[in-house]
Amino acid sequence: MLRIKNLHASIDNKEILKGINLEINPGEVHAIMGPNGSGKSTLSSVIAGKEEFEMTRGEIKFEGEDLTELDPEERAHKGIFLSFQYPVEIPGVSVTNFIKASINAHRKSQGLEDMKANEMLKLIREKSEMLEIDRKFLSRSLNQGFSGGEKKRNEIFQMAMLNPKLAILDETDSGLDIDALKVVANGVNKLRNKDNAVLLITHYQRLLDYIVPDVVHVMVDGKIVKSGPKELAYELEEKGYDWLKPEQV
Amino acid sequence: MELKDKLISSFLAFEEAFDLNSDIHELRTRSLKEFEQLGFPSKKEEAWKYTSLNSVLKPDYSVFPKKEDTIEYRDIKKYLIHDIDTYNLVFIDGIYSSHLSQTTHDKIDVCLMSSALSKSKYKPVIDNYFNKIVSKENGFTPLNTAFSKEGAFIHIHKNQLADKPIQIVNFATGNEAALMIQPRNLIVVDENAHVQIIERHQSLTNNPVLTNSVTEIYAAKRAIVDYYKIQNDRDTASLIDNTFVEQQEQSNCSMHTFSFGGKLTRNNLNFYQRGEHSDSTLKGITIIEDKQHVDHNTLVHHISPNCESHQDYKGIFAENSTGVFNGKVLVDKEAQKINAFQANNNILLDDKATINAKPQLEIFADDVKCSHGCTIGQLDQDSLFYLRSRGIPLKEAKALLMYAFANNVLESVKIPEIKKRINHEIAQKLGVSLGFDL
Ligand SMILES: Nc1ncnc2c1ncn2[C@@H]1O[C@H](COP(=O)(O)OP(=O)(O)OP(=O)(O)O)[C@@H](O)[C@H]1O
Ligand SMILES: [Mg+2]
Repeated sequence: MLRIKNLHASIDNKEILKGINLEINPGEVHAIMGPNGSGKSTLSSVIAGKEEFEMTRGEIKFEGEDLTELDPEERAHKGIFLSFQYPVEIPGVSVTNFIKASINAHRKSQGLEDMKANEMLKLIREKSEMLEIDRKFLSRSLNQGFSGGEKKRNEIFQMAMLNPKLAILDETDSGLDIDALKVVANGVNKLRNKDNAVLLITHYQRLLDYIVPDVVHVMVDGKIVKSGPKELAYELEEKGYDWLKPEQV
Repeated sequence: MELKDKLISSFLAFEEAFDLNSDIHELRTRSLKEFEQLGFPSKKEEAWKYTSLNSVLKPDYSVFPKKEDTIEYRDIKKYLIHDIDTYNLVFIDGIYSSHLSQTTHDKIDVCLMSSALSKSKYKPVIDNYFNKIVSKENGFTPLNTAFSKEGAFIHIHKNQLADKPIQIVNFATGNEAALMIQPRNLIVVDENAHVQIIERHQSLTNNPVLTNSVTEIYAAKRAIVDYYKIQNDRDTASLIDNTFVEQQEQSNCSMHTFSFGGKLTRNNLNFYQRGEHSDSTLKGITIIEDKQHVDHNTLVHHISPNCESHQDYKGIFAENSTGVFNGKVLVDKEAQKINAFQANNNILLDDKATINAKPQLEIFADDVKCSHGCTIGQLDQDSLFYLRSRGIPLKEAKALLMYAFANNVLESVKIPEIKKRINHEIAQKLGVSLGFDL
């Protein structure tokens, strides 16, 4: 589904990703862990098409198609979803209106009419109940004044509404309390099937107890330095990252 | 002939054509003299440094309307707020159109300046209020007074609430190759009375139009005035708007100005707080492009203690458009315990767009809270990426961010249909359909 080969990316001539290789197949869950500043969010932004980053080498293919020339919105239309580490606030635009705009933009790209109002309402009700989101919450301005946890839950709500093929969750667990973590993880698990895939970025092994990964990657200084089964996460939790730093490898 | 000379030499004919015997004949004559001395402001004057009138004054304008013209309701419907019931005062090329208007004398007076100036019934109000708070800083207001004849006359009597909003709409038909219009409005809101007003100037063709409008608003004790100016005219129409608001004790006046189009728009907006515990709100959204120019020149004069003023102006400038914000807050020595707030935030979408912002605080009282802030920036790239990553195309994403930016100005709009209208005009202007009402 996603195939990244020797990806180098930089910003302001500073190289941040230094040769990433990653292959994710339909039905799989991958996790990326790694120290602060190692390039995890950069990788997710580059996959989602953030233009500030310059891809200097390598390739990203999604379902066999080269993504390099595609705008962020085109990548979204193809089924890539990024749950942001820091979701932005949009005053004056309610969660409901925003998700309507988003869904109808996806539909338009497929040549479909706007979703019917009652259908939209039904979908919103279904997904917000699944994620235990209060209806009142949906009429508030997007992310404005939301607590850290509320922002993350709202990201997963959007993901549930859009039903992407590849969901990249950048530290979605940070800021969630234990109960919320379960609800959100549960939501993600319900959306999983043999045709879609999840890329989790996290600092905590705890999330991986709920959303069990097929592969865990460790990213250090812009490179994936180790990949292994889910047990690797426990090892990291215990030993930290020092033993994996390039000097020592 | 230069416009100034043309106006001066047309004055006699103007008065003869209408009412030489009018009570205000003397005032008109005096005002013409003032205009003769002051003339039109030039860029040499500090208050006009960034607003050049050269190209606006050039066309050979007809300076007072000659013949009556009719237009059909269906041709102008879209410029009115038509989904709610309103009183309408519609003027075509400066002449009142009775078939497009709806006036009243039932408990409140919503009628014409021409009748207020000629009927003895209104004389006391005219004597008390007409031309009493105008400033003579530049020639425009005296010029308007000299040619004052028609416009809106609104008098809300004590304890009355205008039962529906009042729209004042000026159309230019293009029958004249170039036309100058000088509407003159007087709005008197008595003690504990309440009114909502919507004002618009609209040219229907691309023939040049110059509107020099003067509006005086008097809010008595505990009066509430809620006023909206919608400025979205053609690129060949210019507007010099001179509005003066005087507030007495515990009155509450708010002015929202939406500037989305026109060749040159200058808003001279002046608030005088003469009574304690009065509250003034001045807000605006400007979204322009091409070579459009919008200049907000505001004055809030705090004369009495224990008052508040809130100014919040947002500007979005694309292409070669230019904006000016000149916000002056003047606090007299006696005006203690004042809370004056001013914010002016701007987004420049293109390298060639410019904004000149200049807040001026002159504070002579010592126990006051005054704050002002001015920002100039671009659309936030991270926010744009966020929206696009949700499948929203660049153009729509930009539009959404502009809405978000201007949103808090819309929040204080009290008539939902106006909010809807403004949203619609913004969306249309930006060429987007967002698939929902904001
Ligand atoms: N816009 C930018 N300009 C300059 N440097 C940047 C920019 N964005 C990211 N970086 C740098 O790139 C490096 C990687 O950042 P990134 O956010 O990808 O790290 P991360 O692995 O997600 O860290 P964390 O675990 O703290 O979220 C950091 O050194 C960061 O300072
Ligand atoms: Mg990160």
